[in-house]
Amino acid sequence: MTDTVHEEHQAPQDDPKVVSRRWLLLKAGALFNAVVGIAVAVPVVRYLLGPVRGKNFYNSWVSLGPLDQFPAGETRLATYMNPYNHPWDGATDKTACWVRHVPGASFQVFAINCAHLGCPVRWFPQSKLFMCPCHGGVYYADGARASGPPERGLFQYKYKVVKNELHIYAGQMPTLANSASLRILNNTGSKGCSSCAG
Amino acid sequence: MRWVKQTYNWLESRLQLEAPVKDAMLHPVPRNTASWWYVFGSAAFTLLILQVVTGILLALVYVPSAAGAWNSLNMLNHQLPLGWFLRAMHGWGSNFMVAIVLIHMAQVFMFGSYKYPRELTWILGVFLLLMTLGMAFTGQVLRFDQDAYWGLGIGASIAGRVPFIGRQLVHLMLGGPIIAGATLTRFFALHVFIIPGLLLLFVGMHVWMVLKLGISEWPMPGRAVRRSTYVAEYSKLTHEDGIPFVPGAFWKDLFFSGAVVAAVVVCAAVFGPYGPTGRPDPTIIQTVPKPDFFFLWIYAVLSYLPPNLETPFLLIAPVLAIAGLVALPFMAGEGEKSWHRRPIAVLTLVTVAVMWGVFTNLATQTPWSPQMNAWSADTVPVRYLQALTPVERRGAVVFQAMQCRNCHAIGGKGGERGPALDSVATRLTEDQLIRQVVQGGGNMPAYGKSLSPSQITALVSFLDTLHPHNQPEAKNSAEHSTAAIPGEPGTKDTVTTKATSPPQTAGAATGN
Repeated sequence: MTDTVHEEHQAPQDDPKVVSRRWLLLKAGALFNAVVGIAVAVPVVRYLLGPVRGKNFYNSWVSLGPLDQFPAGETRLATYMNPYNHPWDGATDKTACWVRHVPGASFQVFAINCAHLGCPVRWFPQSKLFMCPCHGGVYYADGARASGPPERGLFQYKYKVVKNELHIYAGQMPTLANSASLRILNNTGSKGCSSCAG
Repeated sequence: MRWVKQTYNWLESRLQLEAPVKDAMLHPVPRNTASWWYVFGSAAFTLLILQVVTGILLALVYVPSAAGAWNSLNMLNHQLPLGWFLRAMHGWGSNFMVAIVLIHMAQVFMFGSYKYPRELTWILGVFLLLMTLGMAFTGQVLRFDQDAYWGLGIGASIAGRVPFIGRQLVHLMLGGPIIAGATLTRFFALHVFIIPGLLLLFVGMHVWMVLKLGISEWPMPGRAVRRSTYVAEYSKLTHEDGIPFVPGAFWKDLFFSGAVVAAVVVCAAVFGPYGPTGRPDPTIIQTVPKPDFFFLWIYAVLSYLPPNLETPFLLIAPVLAIAGLVALPFMAGEGEKSWHRRPIAVLTLVTVAVMWGVFTNLATQTPWSPQMNAWSADTVPVRYLQALTPVERRGAVVFQAMQCRNCHAIGGKGGERGPALDSVATRLTEDQLIRQVVQGGGNMPAYGKSLSPSQITALVSFLDTLHPHNQPEAKNSAEHSTAAIPGEPGTKDTVTTKATSPPQTAGAATGN
C-alpha cells in the first residue's frame, strides 16, 4: 500500500483587492507584537540589571573581632562574613583581609585582592612584603606598590573601633572601578595612577 | 524485514526528509577537496555533539550552587561509578574542541576559503570560535574550585577597568557585590543554556552555508577569486571534476571524527578528569591560581604588560582582534587563494602561532611570579657556605629568611622574577649591592625599611662572595685605591649608613 500524505500544492493566488487588507492586518499584527515585545523586554532588562546597585548599596560596617587579635606592629589575616550573603553561597560568603596594627593605635585594613587582577596577596612578616602569586605584584607593609604589574597600592577598607572591636566598611570585591568606596592610599610610588585610583 | 520498510515509508511520507538529505549527501564537491585537510570542521561538529551529550550526563548530577558544586564534583570523581570518566571526557572533549576549532580556522585561513562568496561563513566561524572559548571559560568556572574562584576574580578585575561602567559591569558579571552563589548560577546559565543555544544556532547556519555555497576548492596558484566569475567557475569545477560528497569525501571525515573521539576517550581514561582543585573558600589564600591551558597565553601577556598600558590593552586589543577577523573577508574577499601567492597571510599565521606558543610556554613556567615557598623549601647550597666568615654566613641566613629566594634563584633553585644570584658579585660592586638592597629598583622592592643595617651588611657581604673561583668580584675602579678591605666591619658600617640615609624613594616611604 502506498501512503500518500503529501501532494503538490500550488501557492494560492490572492485576489488583488483583498491583498491590501490582509497585508494591513499583518502589519497591524506585527505592530501589536512589537508593543507586546517591548512590554516583555522592559521588565526583563530591569530584571537582568537587578544586581547593579549604587556605589555603597552592598557596603556596611562589619566587625573583624576584638582588637587584641591584632597585636601592635603586626599584620594579621582576618576574615569576615560578607554582609550581603545567601544560604547557598557556601564558603564563598566569607572574605579575607589583612589587618596591620601600626604601633600607636592606628590600623590599616587591606583587601586580600591584588590591585592588579584580584589574586590573593600573601604577607611575609620577615621581609615585610605582600606578594601576589599570580603575576608577581609586590607591596610594602603600608600597602604601597613595591614592584610588579599593579598600577597602585593595595585597596584599603575604612575602619573604626567600636567597643574594643575593629569594624570595617566592606561588602564588595574591590576592583579599580569601585575602589572609591575604599580608602585611597597616597601612593607616590607608581606613575600616572591618580585617575585609576578613583 | 517488510515491516522495517513499511515503517520507513510511513515515516518518510510524513517527514519527507529523504530528498533534502539525499541532496546534501550527494551534492558534488570538487575532487581535490576530498582531502585530509578538509576534515577539521566535521570533527569540531562531532566534538560539539560529544560535549552536549557528556554535558547533559554531568548535569544529571552536578549541583549548580556555590555551596554544593565542589562536593558534587568530588562525588562524581570518587563515588559515582565512572563519574570521573564522564568528567574527564567532558574536560578533554573541551580541550580537543578548542584545538580542533583553532586548527580548522587556521586551515580555512591558509586555504583562502573565507573569500567570496563565503565571507559570512567565516564571520559566523569567528563567532563560533569566540563561543567555543566562552564555553571553555564558563566551564572552568563551573568546576567551582580555587582556580575558578580566583579566575572569576581576574575576570571581575578586568571588567572593573572599563571606564564609566566598570562597577556596573562587575556587579552584572558577578550577579552581586562578590563572587558567590549568584555568580555560579549565572555562569551555569551561560554554560548550559545561553552559549550552547547560540552555538547550535550558529553551527546550523554555518553548515547550511557550507552546503549551499559548496566546499571551497583546493587553492591553485594563479586561480584567483573574482566576484564576477567565481560562482560559474566553481559550478563548472564541481560538475566537470566533481564527486558526490558521500562517500568520496565523507569517509575521511568519518574516520577523522572517530579518531578524535577515540583520542578523547584515551586521554580521559589515561589522564583522568581536571580537578576540582582546592575548595573554593576565599579565606584559604595559600593558592596559586592558574587558568586552563587555552587561556595561559593571556595570563602571560597580562604579566608582561607595563602597568600604564594594561587597561588600554585589555579593553582595546580584543575589540581590534575581533574586528580584524570579521573584516578579513571584506578586505581580502577576492584574489589568490593559494598560500604560494599569499606571503603576508603565511607570515601572519606563523607569527600568531609562534607568539601563542611562546606565551603559553612561558605561562607554564611563570618566571614572573615569586615562588612563594622557595625561601622555606630549599637551603642555600653547601658549596656557597664553605670558608665563609661568620658575618657572611649570617648574610646567607638573612638571604634565606627575608624571602630573597622567592624571586632570586641560587644554586638553580628559587624564583625567576629577578636574576639568579650565583655570580652576582661579578656584576655588582659592594656599593652597588648595598644600593640595590636598600633602594630596590628595576622591579625589586626596597629593603631599606625591613632590614636592619647589620642585616644589610651581612647580606651584602654574603652576596659579595657569590662569584666563580676563576672570576674576580666587581670592583669600583674609582675607589680602587681606598677600597674597603673585605671582612672589616667598621668600613662596611660607614658605607651602609651612608647608603641608608637617602632612601626616601619609591612608594616605600609613605607610612602613616
